[in-house]
Amino acid sequence: MQRLTIPLLRLAAPVAAVLFALTISGLVLWLSGSDPFHAFKLMWDFGTTEQSIASIVDRAVPLYLSGVAFAIAFKMGLFNIGVEGQYTVAALMAAFVGAAVELPPVLHVTLILLVAMASGMLWGAIPGVLKVTRGVHEVITSIMLNNIATFVVSYLLANHFLDRSDETLNLQTKKIAPSGWFPELFDLGPNATINGIVLVALVIGVSYYVLIWRTRFGYDLRASGLNPLAARASGVAPGPMVVKGMMLSGAVAGLVGMPILLGFSHNYGLDFGTGLGFAGITVALLGRNNPVGIAVGALLLAFLDRSAQILDLEDIPKEIVVIMEGVIVLSVVIAYELVQRVIERQQRRMIAEEPPPAAPAATRQPLGAPA
Amino acid sequence: MTAPDGTTRRAVDTDQAMAVELEGIVKRFPGVVANDGVDLAVRRGDIHALVGENGAGKSTLMKILYGMQPPDEGTMSVNGQPVAFRSPKEAITAGIGMVHQHFMLADQLTVLENVVLGDEPSRAGRINFTEATERIQELSSAYGLDVDPNQTVETLGVGERQRVEIIKVLFRGARILILDEPTAVLVPQEIDELFNNLRELKAQGETIVFISHKLDEVLAIADAITVLRAGRTVATVDPHDVTAGDLAELMVGSELPTPETRESTVTDQVELEVDDVSVKGEGERWLLEHISFKVHRGEVVGVAGVEGNGQTELIDVVLGLQPAASGSIRLEGEDLVSVGTRARREAGIGYIPEDRHKRGLLMGSPIWENAMLGHQTRAPYAKGPWINRTGAKRRTAEILAAYDVRAPGVDVAGYALSGGNQQKLIIGRELMAGATVLLANHPTRGVDVGAQAAVWDHLREARAAGLATLLVSADLEELIGLSDRLLVMLRGRIVAELDPARVTPEELGSYMTGARTAA
Amino acid sequence: MSLGQGMPSVAGEGAVSRADQVTAASRLQSARKRQRVLATGLGLFVLLSTVRWLTDSPDLTSSGTVGTTLRLAVPIGLAALGGLWSERSGIVNIGLEGMMILGTWFGAWGAWQYGPWAGVAIGIAGGMAAGLLHALATVTFNVDHIISGVAIITLAGGIARYLSVEVYTDVPGGGATQSPRVEGVGTFDLPILSGGGLFGWHSPDVLGSLEEHHWLIVSDLAGVLRGATHNLSYLTLLAILLVPLTWWIMWRTVFGLRVRSCGEHPTAADSLGVPVNRMRYLALMISGGLAGLAGAFLAIEAASIYRQGQTQGRGFIGLAAMIFGNWLPLGAAAGAALFGFADALNLRDKSAVHALLLFVAVAALVYAAVQFRRGKRSTALVTGVLGLLAGLWFFTTDEVPVEFVQMTPYVVTLLVLAVATQRLRPPAHDGKPWRKGQVE
Repeated sequence: MQRLTIPLLRLAAPVAAVLFALTISGLVLWLSGSDPFHAFKLMWDFGTTEQSIASIVDRAVPLYLSGVAFAIAFKMGLFNIGVEGQYTVAALMAAFVGAAVELPPVLHVTLILLVAMASGMLWGAIPGVLKVTRGVHEVITSIMLNNIATFVVSYLLANHFLDRSDETLNLQTKKIAPSGWFPELFDLGPNATINGIVLVALVIGVSYYVLIWRTRFGYDLRASGLNPLAARASGVAPGPMVVKGMMLSGAVAGLVGMPILLGFSHNYGLDFGTGLGFAGITVALLGRNNPVGIAVGALLLAFLDRSAQILDLEDIPKEIVVIMEGVIVLSVVIAYELVQRVIERQQRRMIAEEPPPAAPAATRQPLGAPA
Repeated sequence: MTAPDGTTRRAVDTDQAMAVELEGIVKRFPGVVANDGVDLAVRRGDIHALVGENGAGKSTLMKILYGMQPPDEGTMSVNGQPVAFRSPKEAITAGIGMVHQHFMLADQLTVLENVVLGDEPSRAGRINFTEATERIQELSSAYGLDVDPNQTVETLGVGERQRVEIIKVLFRGARILILDEPTAVLVPQEIDELFNNLRELKAQGETIVFISHKLDEVLAIADAITVLRAGRTVATVDPHDVTAGDLAELMVGSELPTPETRESTVTDQVELEVDDVSVKGEGERWLLEHISFKVHRGEVVGVAGVEGNGQTELIDVVLGLQPAASGSIRLEGEDLVSVGTRARREAGIGYIPEDRHKRGLLMGSPIWENAMLGHQTRAPYAKGPWINRTGAKRRTAEILAAYDVRAPGVDVAGYALSGGNQQKLIIGRELMAGATVLLANHPTRGVDVGAQAAVWDHLREARAAGLATLLVSADLEELIGLSDRLLVMLRGRIVAELDPARVTPEELGSYMTGARTAA
Repeated sequence: MSLGQGMPSVAGEGAVSRADQVTAASRLQSARKRQRVLATGLGLFVLLSTVRWLTDSPDLTSSGTVGTTLRLAVPIGLAALGGLWSERSGIVNIGLEGMMILGTWFGAWGAWQYGPWAGVAIGIAGGMAAGLLHALATVTFNVDHIISGVAIITLAGGIARYLSVEVYTDVPGGGATQSPRVEGVGTFDLPILSGGGLFGWHSPDVLGSLEEHHWLIVSDLAGVLRGATHNLSYLTLLAILLVPLTWWIMWRTVFGLRVRSCGEHPTAADSLGVPVNRMRYLALMISGGLAGLAGAFLAIEAASIYRQGQTQGRGFIGLAAMIFGNWLPLGAAAGAALFGFADALNLRDKSAVHALLLFVAVAALVYAAVQFRRGKRSTALVTGVLGLLAGLWFFTTDEVPVEFVQMTPYVVTLLVLAVATQRLRPPAHDGKPWRKGQVE
């Protein structure tokens, strides 16, 4: 019975947070003169159409990747706030390289993905190296690098990577040939296709799980985040671990722009999606850095973003959804904290209340019943 | 006399009034009785030393006196008035000041700021620096406590920081000072300065309670000495009437546990050799100086000594967590100096840390992941680059069974186990991982008596199977019972090598406390 | 001042005289340090003036540039002060950006509804509310400071965007992402020196005419001074005054000392009776209020309008300025001024930025030489190479790409952090979780 309670309790936190956010947003809507129940029903109806579901899955992919990137670093005890800059640089480089060659489809797409990961990895390594060699905290360096990335990319785009053949005078790179496009793979109905890049997200998610929870490297990484001293005593070298962790996080971050690049715009322009870095933090926190949880969080955020579009038609500001997301983030971390305290207290009480078992070894229960 | 908050305190009239009188103090914690009917009577104007080993109950008693914890039973009186403090603030108001062993000073604030914090002389919110400086300098010159109010604490040496702590309590009108192990972090020269300050304070009518385990120092400075052992007052003596040897015997007890007669399993093969290793600490302090010893296959080398004399640093340097400034460490002949901790663990060094929470466990992780800690690169926990979950869980179940770890399953989190079971888990994982050398730092700390005996049996079995163990412990029964040889550490050096079968309590205690130095 | 004077020769008074000696020695040391800083500052100014003269870039030191610098530096500096208050109490405040956003929105709204000064007050209040929220999460619920900060930015952004749509959509001059224009609080000129009015008499602009002559050093000095006294907004004046005020409160009052102790050693503070949690709540409210003021300045004074996204990461630059300033008010102001200067140059005269390269090159080479003489070879090497590169860049190009100029504050921050983190002194307990009863 106790084994069930813990995951249930843990699930209670994000559910409570979402409910709380709905309440607050409902209150805000009501105070602004709108009917919250009407608004929510509208959102639900619109959000569950086929087109919406397809769009939601498409939107969720970059959110998921961003969340996993943040989670990898977080598992190590590091804050990679630089996902934003990492994927910006990666998208530009991938767009440029992708448009410069033409290869058979699978190879072309793979090349683009690899360039993106490599760029993100390098950009993400910088805060890690600075932390290890100079002791600088990675939060400020990664935020600075976000801004620097914007300008570096802007410079490169305007001066070196520009598509000069385009007549529309937009600042963008050359379009990638169709062999470098990721096809729409799933069809839910008219105008409701899901881009195949969702498979990449799946692969990343599975890899994340396997790497962090099933490999020796992953164990070392988690130990470093949970108890750096114990990790050191167990043989983990802290410096290389930090750099590797940041590089891994950066590599995944580099992929965040790929859904847009490979499935939608096929080039990099100044209007390339921004804000996915911070959204990833929200998603990772919602999902408590768990590969499935992050997916649920990504889908939830994507659902909110998508279903809010309908509110415009009813003169309700769709920005209510951003408030919702903000409240969700804050309340979910508080909720997790409270739940953790309850769990710990319960588990301690459980053990303390157990009567000391009878002395002879013969009566000892077989241990290790799988949970 | 006017206290800093402006109130006037009634001067106590009687000369015979004891500054502090504690009677029958009892304090229980889960699993242990820290104070079991302690009596302490401190005359006004005395420097009264409180001595005892670790775990004798000195810190607990002082925390009670300072209002940090209430006693379960017993009475307290200060200057003849019965008191029952509910917080340190009340103790401070009664004129008691505590100088903690670990200083509570903010490095980046100045001396003045640290001293006045919470009791600032002020006018309309603005700190009155002139008044503060004057008062500090008054105290400084009155007691010979040399400090510069405008220096930041981080630039100060340890001795100076201690002076700041003393001024901090005097600033608040303390007439009774408690100093907790004040010489633990000082070099000899600073100790002399401190003692001069203490004599100055005494000359001005302050009462001082001086907690220490270093008997040579205690004999040099104290007017009266109370010895605690196992939570009880053993004796209160006049330093002129006792020798250090007598004190040592009182501290340690007149009987040492007899080691069990058994066949020696010590071989000639040297597993671990530490040769002239020195480790430097902050500033000019040497944490370890010229340490040399060998541990053979099938041998347990015990390291006795009061905590804080370099034992932890010794373990750390062998483990690779601290760099050695000089000397060499050899494992089965191979020099480990350039090799990192992981390689050392993989080469067969096992580790039982003295603080399992900080160094030995991942509290929020399931037990089977904790069983892997330190061995995560080898079978049965790992297979190639992968973690072998089934193997790990199976091995964990074996550990739970063989070492009597009470847990509902291998998936509960580490924090769910009691302290004793956590320790048993750690011991089990180290012994079952096939170490050739085991570094055991207080291996039965927090383990109940019944389990402790089982653990000792396991350690003996391992020794008979060839394990070479370096055993650091404060538990004399454990040291004497398990060791084949006994080294004594004091102030970062090995000061004696003794035979546990023949050592007398007086001898052991004397070396541990510096009453006797190596011939 | 000589140390040899007044040394007592009686051994018995040794302790007292030694304390006096130590005090005297440390006073001498800080006096020397102040002299060094002053000398460096003067040297740099002379160098700047020379470069201006050599490259004929009057905008390097013109009053217009300085005025613009101030205008750009104020929001950054106020945010930096906000960060200072928070971190000095031990709480990292990444959410400054969010508090600034609330300041811009509520500031513009308040100004639009009730006038500019009311807008300032309401903007401050908005920031304070966010500060309170951050305190609730970090102090009471022990949420990680950075996560709480990120959450607040998200929430603040959402609130601002929602309210804009609700309130401004059908208002003339406004729209879904902006407010109608609002009035500023007003500017003034210093009389006599900068042409300000004095009881109705329009006084001469002494500094202005000096500046026009383009004389070496004198005109530069005049330009700088005039920039700080001409067309000065009352809010800018307030912001400038907040710097010494912050210093005074933090280092001279009981409240300030207690706040700082919470950031340095909360357990020690707690043991002496300081209410750590309450102090942190107050400090965070002040922090939020300052960030709100920064936002209000942006909307009311600098832009005269609320626009979505107008903070442009200045909250983070403010944090960078705070770090650059070693968590000291004057340093943070200097950092803000530095970032504002680069930004201002870029806006007014791009060629001046190019001239700045020469300045950087010479300054870096001189620094490298000094470090070399001190024996710090590696630092000397790195700065020497950087100086040479800057010089090379100056001589081989005519213009610095605009993106690189805009990058300057961030790159400078990175460089400063990389070089000096070992010597920077954040509050000792900054960012670490703390609960009453904790041992450390």
